[in-house]
Amino acid sequence: MITIDKVSKHYGNFQVLTDCSTHVNKGEVVVVCGPSGSGKSTLIKCVNGLEPFQQGDIHVNGTSVGAPKTNLSKLRAHVGMVFQHFELFPHMTIRDNLSLAQIKVLKRDKDEAAEKGLYFLDRVGLKAHAHKFPGQLSGGQQQRVAIARALAMDPICMLFDEPTSALDPEMINEVLDVMTELAQEGMTMMCVTHEMGFAKRVAHRVIFMDHGKIVEDDSKEAFFANPRSERAQQFLAKILQH
Amino acid sequence: MEYQWNWGVFLLPSAVNDGTYLDWMIAGLQTTLLLSLSAWVIALLLGAVVGVLRTVPHRGLSGVATAYVEMFRNIPLLVQLFFWYFVLPELLPAAAGDAFKALNPIAQQFVAAMVCLGFFTSARVAEQVRSGINALPRGQKNAGLALGLTLPQTYRHVMLPMAFRLVVPPLTSEFLNVFKNSAVCSTIGLLELAAQGRQLVDYTAQPYESFVAVTVAYLMINVVVMLLMRKVEVLVRVPGYLGGK
Ligand SMILES: Nc1ncnc2c1ncn2[C@@H]1O[C@H](COP(=O)(O)OP(=O)(O)OP(=O)(O)O)[C@@H](O)[C@H]1O
Ligand SMILES: [Mg+2]
Repeated sequence: MITIDKVSKHYGNFQVLTDCSTHVNKGEVVVVCGPSGSGKSTLIKCVNGLEPFQQGDIHVNGTSVGAPKTNLSKLRAHVGMVFQHFELFPHMTIRDNLSLAQIKVLKRDKDEAAEKGLYFLDRVGLKAHAHKFPGQLSGGQQQRVAIARALAMDPICMLFDEPTSALDPEMINEVLDVMTELAQEGMTMMCVTHEMGFAKRVAHRVIFMDHGKIVEDDSKEAFFANPRSERAQQFLAKILQH
Repeated sequence: MEYQWNWGVFLLPSAVNDGTYLDWMIAGLQTTLLLSLSAWVIALLLGAVVGVLRTVPHRGLSGVATAYVEMFRNIPLLVQLFFWYFVLPELLPAAAGDAFKALNPIAQQFVAAMVCLGFFTSARVAEQVRSGINALPRGQKNAGLALGLTLPQTYRHVMLPMAFRLVVPPLTSEFLNVFKNSAVCSTIGLLELAAQGRQLVDYTAQPYESFVAVTVAYLMINVVVMLLMRKVEVLVRVPGYLGGK
């Protein structure tokens, strides 16, 4: 589904990603973790072409992200993305947040888009809030809306960039529950997260990044039982303390 | 010698017998309003486009927009006015230049002043629009693009609606500036409010009454503009966001 092949990226002479390769199979859940500044967000944004890269290539469902002739908008329409800070559109109701791209990108008619939006809103337990504006919802609710917004586009895979790290602790689980459910339904997912409990329960594989490199790329059992690199051991020790 | 106040001066027939001096003041006020409002429309339209162009990821387009802003912002308004009024008609292709000169003198002054004020103010509006766009959370653009919207669609539906809301308060002061700056246009002979006030002084030797009347008129314009923009601010307020409820 997603193949990342020897991707390197630099800002000026600052190397953000070095020779990153991995893949995510259909139906697989891959968790990406690593210290701050290690390039996790950058890597995941390369997957849908939000960040350009200088070397290597990424294929999503067979389409090259790096090829200049690729229609990135078309590709992104079917790759869901969820951000750390939700990024709902504050001037639109929840209903319109869910409909906008369905109408403008997928050319669905208004009623169809609204209906589809409500269906997913119901799935994340927020149907009653359709008429509200994002600023009137809690962080956890906003993030669930953001997930519903991505799902309404019928994505072939989902990318998550630290979806719970801007949330108060008591709201983290409501978002993780939605993600867990998605994973169990067989959604292909690439998740940057430090929620190791989620990784242990849901992930198939774990990728550990450090200084722009993929240091570990292993089944979750192998990763948690016995991380090979010292950096990953230290990281795990630190993060599992709390 | 003590100053003789005479507020009745406004009701006297004017020296050239074309109504009262009050009619002069009203004509000046009308010109100021018409000039400033039409310049403001030009400034909003051009400024929005140029401000957006300054933020697009395209070197050529953003470069042109930057040059535009720097030019109109940094050349003194008076110099720009002389350019539009005296110089440009000579530089235009003969047909356009002649068409301009065929207008009656008042229309010539008005058109030059309107275009001048419009372009000058558009550069300032563009800067506000640009900073409004830049003040948006960076993720908003990515969120639009990630849903498959094109960059123009993302501007249109995601970024600009919020940027314009952020920009209403600073635009209020630019709107007020248009009225103040319009007084400069009396230098090419346009009889707007300030010019009428000066004329009244020349004809009646009642400078204080004229001065007070002009001042009050400008203050009234200020009040109306501020109330209007407050109204706009409230109208576009987003529930749950910043000042919204
Ligand atoms: N536009 C940019 N220009 C220069 N450097 C950048 C830019 N964006 C990111 N970087 C750098 O690239 C590196 C990787 O950033 P990235 O956001 O991918 O890290 P991350 O692993 O997601 O970290 P975090 O856990 O803090 O989110 C960082 O050192 C960051 O400073
Ligand atoms: Mg990050």
